[in-house]
Amino acid sequence: MHPMFTRGRLSLYLLAWFPLTATSVYVLASRGGLGWWRATAIAVPVFLFYAFLCLAAWYPCRATPLGKVSFTRLLLTHLLAAVFMSFVWTQFGALISYLALSPEQFEAMKRQFGPQVNAIGTIGILIYLLSVAFHYVLIAMEESRRAETQANEARVLARDAELKALKAQVNPHFLFNSLNSISALTSVDPAKAREMCILLSEFLRMTLGLGEKSVIPLSEELALLDRFLAIEKVRFGVRLRVEENIQEESKTLLVPPLVLQPLVENAVVHGIANLPEGGVVRIVSHWQDGRLFMTIENSFDSEATTVRRNGMGLLNVRKRLEGRYGTDASLRVDSQADQFRVELSMPAETGETHK
Amino acid sequence: MNGPQKKIGALIVDDEELARHVVREFLTAHAEIEILAECANGFEAVKAFAEHKPELIFLDVQMPKLTGFDVLELIGDDVSVIFTTAYDQYAMRAFEVHAVDYLLKPISKQRFEEALEHAKRRLGDKMPSAQKLADAARPPQQFLERLVVKDGTRVTLIPTAKLDYIEAQDDYVALASQGKKHLKQQTIASLEACLDPKCFVRIHRSYIVNLERVVRIEPYGKDSRLAILSEGARLPVSRAGYARLQSLLDERK
Repeated sequence: MHPMFTRGRLSLYLLAWFPLTATSVYVLASRGGLGWWRATAIAVPVFLFYAFLCLAAWYPCRATPLGKVSFTRLLLTHLLAAVFMSFVWTQFGALISYLALSPEQFEAMKRQFGPQVNAIGTIGILIYLLSVAFHYVLIAMEESRRAETQANEARVLARDAELKALKAQVNPHFLFNSLNSISALTSVDPAKAREMCILLSEFLRMTLGLGEKSVIPLSEELALLDRFLAIEKVRFGVRLRVEENIQEESKTLLVPPLVLQPLVENAVVHGIANLPEGGVVRIVSHWQDGRLFMTIENSFDSEATTVRRNGMGLLNVRKRLEGRYGTDASLRVDSQADQFRVELSMPAETGETHK
Repeated sequence: MNGPQKKIGALIVDDEELARHVVREFLTAHAEIEILAECANGFEAVKAFAEHKPELIFLDVQMPKLTGFDVLELIGDDVSVIFTTAYDQYAMRAFEVHAVDYLLKPISKQRFEEALEHAKRRLGDKMPSAQKLADAARPPQQFLERLVVKDGTRVTLIPTAKLDYIEAQDDYVALASQGKKHLKQQTIASLEACLDPKCFVRIHRSYIVNLERVVRIEPYGKDSRLAILSEGARLPVSRAGYARLQSLLDERK
């Protein structure tokens, strides 16, 4: 749809044509020796017609976006269109004059304005080119507005995902199962029960504190994972085995909070929990050439088709990475045979924790 | 211990050692109950059930491979079951709808006693069908992704994607998958309701077919047709079945 076709814009646009139309009425009346009425009857339809013809410039403008096509092509496209439009316009002008005037008047007009037909045509070309410029401005404006709304939407989405991630953090299943373990431990191993209470409170306290931060050092995220995995180890016993391969230098780099936790939770809930004999969760991070690479890998039962009621984890992490790094971060999921792997790659950020 | 009456045999089924421990501990106060076995997963549970014929089972819902519902479906309804579960909105709704007793983790002593009393009173009563429970516990808009079948004490899981077709045989259905047929006690209509209608079509009163397997349809006699499957089976297609098949194929185009 042509961007000018809204009531407000269209009337403004036509208003802009008024001075030109008025001038030509004056010229026709004074130099052409026509009455005011006749002059108006010719000039108004002729310029109205051209006003609408010039709106057509939008289509070639859209087809040849600035900076995307060569200058020669740009020039050629618009010049050709301008010559054509101007020609159509002058012919239309002649037709209207022929219809509006008596044969004698028409002949007089021809004598008066005939030698200037090239000049009139050139004016037509210039007007059309002006309209081309005007349309480019219009397109740029529309684009920047669209980009702005898009950026806004992306921001809202990212924020949304963040909030959801934080809310989903303390998965009720996790909490109830841990409490059940504690309740069992109170008689079997009271010391262990106390330790578990402390682990659980530390985990909860850490997740609560993360809400206000946009990034945290990786070491903090890893500390959170330690608590989480220690708690799950009490629940799953020998079924849950954890291997960590963390490059020392990567620990100080900054990551969005809870970027790994949902993935590790998935690895336990959808991986290890479905395996009667259990399996391994592997956490790897390393820093290389200004980028941070992290991998969460777990054994899983490729035949298990238990319903993923909490499949939001991956989506959440993906959205939050997108919100912060745009296309500069990636999340790749790879599931082969009995191994499920999520690979994250993002710019290595250092410096201020609070932003 | 020499109780005056016969003891009630019980199974404890949970994949978490500590969770089993809680139940075991609560049961020490009840001499009338004898723990016959503890099972860490559904397969063990099905086996232990066949071996010990318990009257009472404490059954966890969320377990690897076979859920508590799957286990109940495999062992039948001649046993009292007390489900144990952490928070799971669908499972809880299923229990409430079908008045099955369940314990929420962490399990309280008092609640445990109530459930046990309740179960003892109803010992010998039939459980509601596992099918109904499992159907009620399935989140809305979700279809079965796999079926469980028992042959003796051997349990087989069949992903629905690996089903070729299903044939009704009286009270049973025969599930054809990868060249084998597995019998399962269920009606074809109730099974049809649990399968994704975009993949499975009831082509005949007695047949449901996996659309992926249909190679072509051939005319066969007056008014009826045959569906030829990729592994060679030839199944009758009724007139209504043919209409259903066609509308589904049209949708897919």
